Amino acid sequence: MTNVIERLGAWAVTRVGEMGRMLLFLLSAFAWLARPPLRFHQIMKQIHFIGYRSTFVVVLTAGFTGMVLALQGYYSLRKFGSEGLLGSAVALSMIRELGPVLAALMVTARAGSAMTAEIGIMRITEQIDALDTMAINPMQYLIAPKLVAALIGVPLLVAIFDVVGIYGGSLVGVDLLGVSEGAYWNSVQSAVEWKDVYGGILKSVSFGLIISWVCCYKGFYTRQSAEGLGSATTEAVVLSSVLILVGDYILTSLLL
Amino acid sequence: MEKTKLEMVVGVFVLIGMVCLVYLSIKLGKLEIIGGAVYEVEAQFNSASGLKPGSAIEIAGVEVGRVRGITLIEDRAKVKLAVNNTVKLYTDTFASIKTRGIIGEKFLALSPGGGGDPLKPGDTIRDTESGLDLEELVSQYVHGKVK
Repeated sequence: MTNVIERLGAWAVTRVGEMGRMLLFLLSAFAWLARPPLRFHQIMKQIHFIGYRSTFVVVLTAGFTGMVLALQGYYSLRKFGSEGLLGSAVALSMIRELGPVLAALMVTARAGSAMTAEIGIMRITEQIDALDTMAINPMQYLIAPKLVAALIGVPLLVAIFDVVGIYGGSLVGVDLLGVSEGAYWNSVQSAVEWKDVYGGILKSVSFGLIISWVCCYKGFYTRQSAEGLGSATTEAVVLSSVLILVGDYILTSLLL
Repeated sequence: MEKTKLEMVVGVFVLIGMVCLVYLSIKLGKLEIIGGAVYEVEAQFNSASGLKPGSAIEIAGVEVGRVRGITLIEDRAKVKLAVNNTVKLYTDTFASIKTRGIIGEKFLALSPGGGGDPLKPGDTIRDTESGLDLEELVSQYVHGKVK
């Protein structure tokens, strides 16, 4: 009996310790960001990797999400004879929920895992220690540019996702199912308010922070083995996805 | 990759993203960044039920502005109207709250009048009519107040 309680306590202490380490990791990354020199070229490279190279997969996901939403929405709305509301159904679910969440999940899968693997390999092959000996702070050189790039790149990807999704919805709704074009775009315009767009932007910024934070942390503290690298990558993807979904619920309930 | 080419690609990506963001905020979100193309007048209603900031203002079915804010003055609703500069309103303008279709959203219909002086920014429209309350009409009928 005491054994069980002891193990529970040990588990809780480890978890809380890990949370504290994660927070300190983030704070030190931001502190190093404020200190010159600003690694401008590194930030560019990371925006290229996290943002630009994710564009294709984000556009693909967005197009099909918008199309399937229009298809599903049309069959539900037709029962009430209000197909004219299709535009607002697609636009609101895109901007408020699906855009930020799906784009963030795609970025986690594509760029987040690669981030963890890259930093993890550098840790295992002692390149991070080498940076330290060359008096280049790894926080400033490796981690901070990735944080900045995700904070800039993810909201832009989400904006592209929203626009492509709404156009995808109009492709199916207007051209395939025969909702009138004017009704579709008018209901998009009248339903969406600044509050919705603002909420979406806020969500996408938070998700960008979550992705880069979790993935960099997991890579930075990889255990010294091939297995350690594998499990670090898995943990990074699982933890950021879970945090994105839970964070989405919390943010939605706070914003409503 | 060359440094300039990398920066070029990133620049294009950021540009496209910003265009999408601006489209969402200004076209769909109706964020007003450039003021000055509109002027504000006020109107008081017995009830502004269903009217929201951002609701359309129409003259003869053509959109000429948007509702900017609704506040309570004593027991009446004071509605702030942002009307395009190109539209002239006169002191005998008539404002009424209308519904699009049976269950559609509410909007503000103006008939600009023709007599009197032009309305200046900050002036108040005097002739107003609140929206039709379907429930009240039904209850009047049910409780036999209609003769």
